[in-house]
Amino acid sequence: MVDLSLSATRRPLVTRYPSLLIFLGVLALFTVSVTILSEGFGIGVISTSFVKTLGKTLCLCLVALAMDLVWGYCGILSLGHMAFFGIGGYAIGMWLMYARTEIIVRESLAAAPLPPTPQEISDGIAAQIFGVVGASEFPPIWAVAHSLPLQLAAVVLVPGCIALVFGWLAFRSRVTGVYLSILTQAMTLALALYLFQNDSGLRGNNGLSGLQNLPHLDHVSQSTISIVFFWASALALGLGYVLCTWVISGKFGSVIRAIRDDEARVRFLGYSVEAYKLVIFTFTAVLAGIAGALYYPQAGIINPAEIAPIASIYLAVWVAIGGRGRLYGAVIGAAFVSLLSTWFTGGQAPDIDLGFYTVNWVDWWTVLLGLSFVIVTLFAPRGIGGLFDLISERRSPERHGADLGPEPGALQEREADR
Amino acid sequence: MSTLLEVSGVSVSFDGFKAINNLTFQIAEAEMRAVIGPNGAGKTTFMDIVTGKTKPDSGRVLWGEKSVSLLTLSESRIAQEGIGRKFQRPTVFEDQTVADNLMLALKKPRGPLSVLRFRPSRADHDKVAQLAEQIGLENALQRKSGELSHGQKQWLEIGMLLAQEPRLLLVDEPAAGMTPAEREHTTELLVEAAKTRAVVVVEHDMEFVRRLGCKVTVLHEGSVLAEGSLDHVTADEKVIEVYLGR
Repeated sequence: MVDLSLSATRRPLVTRYPSLLIFLGVLALFTVSVTILSEGFGIGVISTSFVKTLGKTLCLCLVALAMDLVWGYCGILSLGHMAFFGIGGYAIGMWLMYARTEIIVRESLAAAPLPPTPQEISDGIAAQIFGVVGASEFPPIWAVAHSLPLQLAAVVLVPGCIALVFGWLAFRSRVTGVYLSILTQAMTLALALYLFQNDSGLRGNNGLSGLQNLPHLDHVSQSTISIVFFWASALALGLGYVLCTWVISGKFGSVIRAIRDDEARVRFLGYSVEAYKLVIFTFTAVLAGIAGALYYPQAGIINPAEIAPIASIYLAVWVAIGGRGRLYGAVIGAAFVSLLSTWFTGGQAPDIDLGFYTVNWVDWWTVLLGLSFVIVTLFAPRGIGGLFDLISERRSPERHGADLGPEPGALQEREADR
Repeated sequence: MSTLLEVSGVSVSFDGFKAINNLTFQIAEAEMRAVIGPNGAGKTTFMDIVTGKTKPDSGRVLWGEKSVSLLTLSESRIAQEGIGRKFQRPTVFEDQTVADNLMLALKKPRGPLSVLRFRPSRADHDKVAQLAEQIGLENALQRKSGELSHGQKQWLEIGMLLAQEPRLLLVDEPAAGMTPAEREHTTELLVEAAKTRAVVVVEHDMEFVRRLGCKVTVLHEGSVLAEGSLDHVTADEKVIEVYLGR
């Protein structure tokens, strides 16, 4: 009997995935450094608004992680995951807005000669929240907005259920590749268009605002709250990373990568490809929802534009630039591109005067991003994460020009060689 | 010997073209069968029907002691019932190691949740090692299967089929593109496998079929033209006309 190092899969997760430990170390170091440099808890080198930007970036890294799992590992190019992110944001935003408005309404009614009835309070809140869209009654979807635990459950359940139903319909009809991508785009677009309507019950294009003000915490400064959210985001990213690493390790990861490379073959091995896709699609949707619920209280506002199809395309671009099919690649891509985007669109990048034309980066950033996406796709398909292969000399098969698999979203030869 | 698979009166047409025309076919447990026929005789379509990839227009496909109809089952359910298939082109998961490929195929619960919790035991590792030895890849377990030669990939795929422990093995042109030595090994693997399960081999190469030394079914225009020993069918007038005479 031959006995090679077969027990490879029995060792603990961190020894099989050294990148896990490195990632968690870097994340911890980053979190502590930012805290020390922050206004709230440290020496105040980093402004509160920048702490929020960094916290939001961590949430974007988390949703990129989800995207990498669904696209880079399972081969489903979903262009709708930012919709789940947005739904998570709306779910938490509803409670934030309700609870804060309730305090304001109660204060204003406290001066009245008679104590206000619950109905009066409810009407007052509704009038406050929905005044901008000309309504004064709570739509049915606000039924549990008063309850934080229920809205937190909605953060997980609503994206999960939508993904479950959508995925079930799409996967069982064997919709794959570019058609599935189009379908996810259509889902996102439909959701955004619905939310843009004033009678959608979520304040139309006004969206939900003032989310940075936490109810009952008016006495706590934003500099403190920003750090708390920053820590929460870092914790969520860390846990998400561990969870994703666990999912891709072992046989489950083996099956989903096999689905990416040749789903018909996996079927003939006796695995229900549709069930696996559904599990991954739903799990990543939930992850995206959680990321969104942490993002929007830091952003302060959410409106339907956040769910627009372009947002999900950006997500795919981040993961592609960072390097799909490796978790740290997705995180690096999201962090790098979104921070760079903030820098360019924030007007901080110096304009380039060409004499006859001035390159204004606020306008030209998207062009630069598009170009770099094309360049990465053509010349460095392994993205920024591919740089780490130069150090670790990751071995990949010589495939003599053949594709890794028939799925259009699958990894191709260029990514596998070298 | 009891019948394992019974295909009767099956027809299927694609855009009016009758790929399979009233085909009837039976195979017993632990039987080896070679299916030959010219291009377009319906060999691959026949396999597609049995494995659930193609749904026939009419006819019955019955499986096992309980005579379960395979026509209502999905591909993955049929595979779980114990029908393994090897494609013409070697299809292994090139980005994963030989050990991963075999572990993937090993007969274990196939549901997502049980797979998520699955951690291979000592016995599973031993089984993988034993299979690798059987297919002559014991020294390549930790190599990416994409690095293997064409013949080795074919064997790995046969190894994956054996790992599934199917009761019926459908093998499409296993010897295509192999060296004589590799063919010899492939023949041994298939003959060995046929001792404990049914094996259907689709093949073009008469020499290879002769070496398998089994009953032969000749397909032509989607139905069975002749059946019997190789010498019997090659002496058949109709077979000579449509197949060998060309």
